[in-house]
Amino acid sequence: MKTQKESIFKNAGFQSILAAILCIVIGLFIGFLVLLAINPAGAGEAIVTIMRNFLNYPTRPAQMKYLGNTLVKTAPLLMCALSINFCYKVGLFNIGAAGQYVAGAGACLYAALALELPWYICLLCAMVAGGIFGTIVGFLKAYANVNEVIAGIMLNWIGLYLVNMLLAGVKEQASPYTFNLSSTNTAAILPTLGLEKFFSNNKYVTIAVPLSILIAIVLYIILTKTKFGYELQATGFNKDAAKYAGMNEKRNMILTLMIGGALAGTGAAFLYLTGFEQWQTTASSVPSMGFNGIAATFLGGLHPIGTIFASYFIQHITSGGAYLDKAIYPSQISELISAIIIYLCGFVLFFKFAMNKRVDAAQERRKAAAENAAAKGGESK
Amino acid sequence: MILLIQYTLIFASVLTLVALGGCFSEHSGVINLGLEGTMVMGALGGALTLKALTGAPYIVIVLAAILVSALSGLLYTVLLGVASIHFKADQTLVGTAMNILATAAATVMVKAINMAENPDNVSATIQYVNSKRALIVRIGNFEFNWFMLVAVIALICSYVLLYKTRFGLRLMACGENPQAADSVGINVFKMRWAGVLISGILGGIGGIVYITAGVSEWKFETGVAGFGFLALAVMIFGQWKPTNIGLAALLFGFFRALSNVYSGFPFLAALKIPGTIYNMMPYIISLIVLAFTSKNSRAPKAEGIPYDKSTR
Repeated sequence: MKTQKESIFKNAGFQSILAAILCIVIGLFIGFLVLLAINPAGAGEAIVTIMRNFLNYPTRPAQMKYLGNTLVKTAPLLMCALSINFCYKVGLFNIGAAGQYVAGAGACLYAALALELPWYICLLCAMVAGGIFGTIVGFLKAYANVNEVIAGIMLNWIGLYLVNMLLAGVKEQASPYTFNLSSTNTAAILPTLGLEKFFSNNKYVTIAVPLSILIAIVLYIILTKTKFGYELQATGFNKDAAKYAGMNEKRNMILTLMIGGALAGTGAAFLYLTGFEQWQTTASSVPSMGFNGIAATFLGGLHPIGTIFASYFIQHITSGGAYLDKAIYPSQISELISAIIIYLCGFVLFFKFAMNKRVDAAQERRKAAAENAAAKGGESK
Repeated sequence: MILLIQYTLIFASVLTLVALGGCFSEHSGVINLGLEGTMVMGALGGALTLKALTGAPYIVIVLAAILVSALSGLLYTVLLGVASIHFKADQTLVGTAMNILATAAATVMVKAINMAENPDNVSATIQYVNSKRALIVRIGNFEFNWFMLVAVIALICSYVLLYKTRFGLRLMACGENPQAADSVGINVFKMRWAGVLISGILGGIGGIVYITAGVSEWKFETGVAGFGFLALAVMIFGQWKPTNIGLAALLFGFFRALSNVYSGFPFLAALKIPGTIYNMMPYIISLIVLAFTSKNSRAPKAEGIPYDKSTR
């Protein structure tokens, strides 16, 4: 008998992409409905504006410049997403990425503005600070059985207040924002290596952008091709089984959250060491970067490479929201859309399950029909 | 001093209400990480009611605000119920999405409403100065807030409901061992829906109490500034038991109140501790307490795990 060709709908990668596209389409559609409700006249144009983002500029140099801006913010988002992704592979929901990101921001800005250190040291500081925050969660989880979600949330707020306090000494007199890097310590700005030339001399496009993509690829290789990655994933699948197989599950958990924390912390350095944004020392809520990372991770089908594209997409529409006519539509529409997309990602598992079931049922039916036909053929002879 | 007591009580009321909400949801087996978002939605509904009813009799204002915010919270948690009970979604993911969604949606809605009233007003702020008077009864220097009473009633009702009624015991069974509960004829899905919706009601009321606690206008871009998460900490600190939750809420409310009024105490002001330290305290305390108590945690055993009949 001829082996039946596997249906494309059964392919896990294809399913993830299909699910992601479905989430995006539904998310955008709901966003469109909200725009319609606010002001029907310009709703169609507005949703196109969000999706066009930098393409809203008429000339190519301007477009490239603002594409650069979107990429500058994609890099930290991708790092947060990778942090969550990496931990999720080991069965840990690193909701603390937001706090690790905050810790990284505090550490690198303090190193840059107060201690006036060069960029590579600042970057390292951010990595270490994020790593420490992650390690705390890991220790609590491994040795005191504290749920990593709860510990992460607590640390998010502790980190926010801590960093606000730390950076209060290096802020402008007249505003709550920290000093500008370009006027205080240019040595702390990440090098561009000539990348800005591709983006109409957008000086904020630094090595952070290619580095973050490189890190995504490295993580993918670590998780799928190395013994270390295999052990981590095994711990994620079944903690006890991993333990009995001789793996040190406690060490693995702490290590995972440490790496996750370092990734998120580095992400903060990737943004704040470009000088693109300053930290607001009166911030009363944890920056959304870490939470948007959750969106990017799940939208990317929990795959490091998929996460690259998903991060770009989330940032693309978030930046796109800024081009809406503020007199008619609030720019938070794009946050609304990404929140809806995260919510819909919760249904992805069920979606895949349902799809597998359908494909299986269809195959069953075809097989049964074929057998039936064969049996009938036998009888008539 | 009176101010400190007043703030402690009102913040404790918020935390009690919201933590009790979380408690019901978790006892039924669903982790409601979206309490923060539920509070925002409750606050939105309540604030709009307060604004709309300016000038109405006080009793009407109080009752309507409670009713509308409870309803807003209830409707919002339907999102959690659908995803986590019927579609087996990751509850942490859905909760997080709800938190982001609530702040974004509330901001968009308030801005749209403000802009419709006055095209020049693009802020996300709702004012309810006049209606707020309805919520408060002055006893000397102490401002008694009707919501404090609501919190106490909710606490007593929750205790009775959870431990003294058939419904409560069944609800808790669904969070401990849903398979066993199902085998004796309890409808696990229905019970979980009940838990989730009750958490929506309480979370929603908590939202309106929070935004009327100290101020008379609210900027919805800030959401509820982490109070929903603080309530989660209170719930865990209270080990999922209503009476302990009430006590934990008083403690956490006290620290929160200190950060508001510490400058009024000469000896505290002399210590020159920044206000942010007091803000941080509740979170640090709960982390430390969690570290010591989680080994033998009283958390509902089946919380966070979608119920699947076929695993019975």
